[in-house]
Amino acid sequence: MSKTLIRGAQVLGGEARDVLIDGETIAEVAEAGAALPADGAEVVEAAGHILLPGLVDLHTHLREPGREDSETVLTGTRAAAKGGFTAVHAMANTFPVADTAGVVEQVWRLGRESGYCDVQPVGAVTVGLEGKQLAELGAMHESAAGVVVFSDDGKCVDDAVIMRRALEYVKAFDGVVAQHAQEPRLTEGAQMNEGVVSAELGLGGWPAAAEESVIARDVLLAAHVDSRVHICHLSTAGSVEIVRWAKSKGWRVTAEVTPHHLLLTDELVRSYDPVYKVNPPLRTETDVRALREALADGTIDCVATDHAPHPQEDKDCEWAAAAMGMVGLETALSVVQQTMVDTGLLDWSGVADRMSFRPAAIGRLDGHGRPVAPGEPANLTLLDPAYRGRVDPHSFVSRSRNTPYAGRELPGRVTHTFLRGRATLAGGEPA
Amino acid sequence: MKRHLISAADLSRDDAVLILDTAEELARIADRPIKKLPTLRGRTVVNLFYEDSTRTRISFEAAAKRLSADVINFSAKGSSVSKGESLKDTALTLEAMGADAVVIRHHDSGAPHRLATSGWINGSVVNAGDGTHEHPTQALLDAFTMRRHLAPGTGGGLDGRRITVVGDILHSRVARSNVLLLHTLGAEVTLVAPPTLVPVGVERWPCEVSYDLDAVLPKSDGVMMLRVQRERMNAAFFPTEREYARRYGLDGERMARMPEHALVMHPGPMNRGMEITAEVADSPRCTAVEQVANGVSIRMAVLYLLLGGAPGEAPPTATAAGATATAAAGKAVPAPTTARPEENDR
Repeated sequence: MSKTLIRGAQVLGGEARDVLIDGETIAEVAEAGAALPADGAEVVEAAGHILLPGLVDLHTHLREPGREDSETVLTGTRAAAKGGFTAVHAMANTFPVADTAGVVEQVWRLGRESGYCDVQPVGAVTVGLEGKQLAELGAMHESAAGVVVFSDDGKCVDDAVIMRRALEYVKAFDGVVAQHAQEPRLTEGAQMNEGVVSAELGLGGWPAAAEESVIARDVLLAAHVDSRVHICHLSTAGSVEIVRWAKSKGWRVTAEVTPHHLLLTDELVRSYDPVYKVNPPLRTETDVRALREALADGTIDCVATDHAPHPQEDKDCEWAAAAMGMVGLETALSVVQQTMVDTGLLDWSGVADRMSFRPAAIGRLDGHGRPVAPGEPANLTLLDPAYRGRVDPHSFVSRSRNTPYAGRELPGRVTHTFLRGRATLAGGEPA
Repeated sequence: MKRHLISAADLSRDDAVLILDTAEELARIADRPIKKLPTLRGRTVVNLFYEDSTRTRISFEAAAKRLSADVINFSAKGSSVSKGESLKDTALTLEAMGADAVVIRHHDSGAPHRLATSGWINGSVVNAGDGTHEHPTQALLDAFTMRRHLAPGTGGGLDGRRITVVGDILHSRVARSNVLLLHTLGAEVTLVAPPTLVPVGVERWPCEVSYDLDAVLPKSDGVMMLRVQRERMNAAFFPTEREYARRYGLDGERMARMPEHALVMHPGPMNRGMEITAEVADSPRCTAVEQVANGVSIRMAVLYLLLGGAPGEAPPTATAAGATATAAAGKAVPAPTTARPEENDR
């Protein structure tokens, strides 16, 4: 069995420790310089680095099957490893849609074969994401993929009855419905956040109320049937208030925020550069502030990337013709460092909580989101927080480069990622 | 002036006044038996129209031809665009053909901005209307028409003149460009519409908003009626066509409440019976037809100022042209006054 000794890393940002990985598990965690029995171990000098539990993403688009021109499970999981992730949830809006046991098992198997990152498929809530008929949720749960999270992401489950039934039905196996909250009628032709900037640019508006009204309905439904609802990519200050209220009632509501909604605002749309086109859209400074505070105080449970790769031609065009979405796996931790850690809103143990412990708990993932302690699976992420560099899309290992951060200076760099003891990233390069 | 004209916000007051003054000079050409100047001989202007628009296209075409430019009309219908060619590939094609200026009309807001900033082409880009964003040459010709009637003379703006724009502000590129340009020229703009047709976020525009047309009319030096599509009714922007016409349409009775000197304007095409009655449309106070004629002069001025200079010369940079604009603003406009009509083109 191979051994790795990580020397002098600050575990969750605390005191420097030496961590010995033996095979697939963490063998020992000792004070730095404690002379752990490292005979034959590969040594990683990590003074000044932060050691975190492997990151878990609740919201990733891997595009396979169907859109392998933008991403595959292999390229997407390599990008995940580069970003410090050891598990990602693959969204269901593939071609064909992941609405049967067959498709989710295919994605799950491709993830196993890639070896870079555990891939936990998300099952569609409704057949073909059409919002009309429940997909075979039980079959997907019982499949080898063991689906727990169900989502029509990209589309809202807007029919209140279907949503209620889905919430009730998944209780049988402790599932969770992850809602893409977007009232469809209020967002017909929507191109960007509705507000001052959309008024000037003449782009169709996506009002905050279209998100908030669906979230309000769904937390009430979840409470009524005592089930678990998870809010995808929450993007407005009003949504934060609703989730905060629902949590104060003790209802089983969780929520995620994307890195881009923590950093970017709709002012960027003034460039009409579709690299800033995303759904839900970039909001205002007020929203960004509220989202950061909510992530800090735990109202928002986790950061999820909504990694959405698109081929170049789908962004190299006029705004309305462009696809919505941004890649995010390889820059997520840096954006969180800049917006949450460097601002003093969250410490590194908070980052571990919001990017590993809590998302793993929401997805009921085994072996992920565990403490950095002896006997635990060696799913680990090592980060150099002092690194400063400009984002170069050409350095991405994702198949797509539709990043809004090109040329922007971001702090921090993941140097190593370990998936059950094996380095999937070493020296900043996929291994 | 900048290299492109994408938004009325691109224009400083000096730029805007220079365009209006240049258009005044060029308007005289229209009165000559030979309506042509050699200024843009050898330059190529492409009209790239993704939307049907007869009047804007022929206005630009007439303007470019009167300046002796070669004009290529590229309509999305019956071209490779209808076969799914991207804006980028179309732009690269036009660039390869040596377009000095591309006049673009597009159904998507921001398409001219993309064309100008993406590096696909080197020529000047003139926005001839993009989606629900802007239509800067329409605003210029409207301002030109207003200045002739309300503040005659050259060198000045529209300081203190009260202009009311009525109708579908939400979907109107004409309204957006007019608000920006008229504000730059010193006018006081009031928008009037049912609240459903006013964009969320309008509070940051440099203008007033009213829902009451009758309250605003007596205080208006010019009233611009915007076309309201009947289909908007189906999206519940207003209950019925008749209710819209009653509350926001301009009829003879309402026109009588306007000050005597006040203009009625319309960018066309008019929906007679909807936002404007035939009585008002055909009255001598309505400048709709005059606006069309002025459109050619304004577009000549824009093309002249963007492309002015010998063939092969690099288009003026923002700074260089800015300096020219300031220098020229005080003096007579250069080339058109001295140029003789083209004699080889009888």
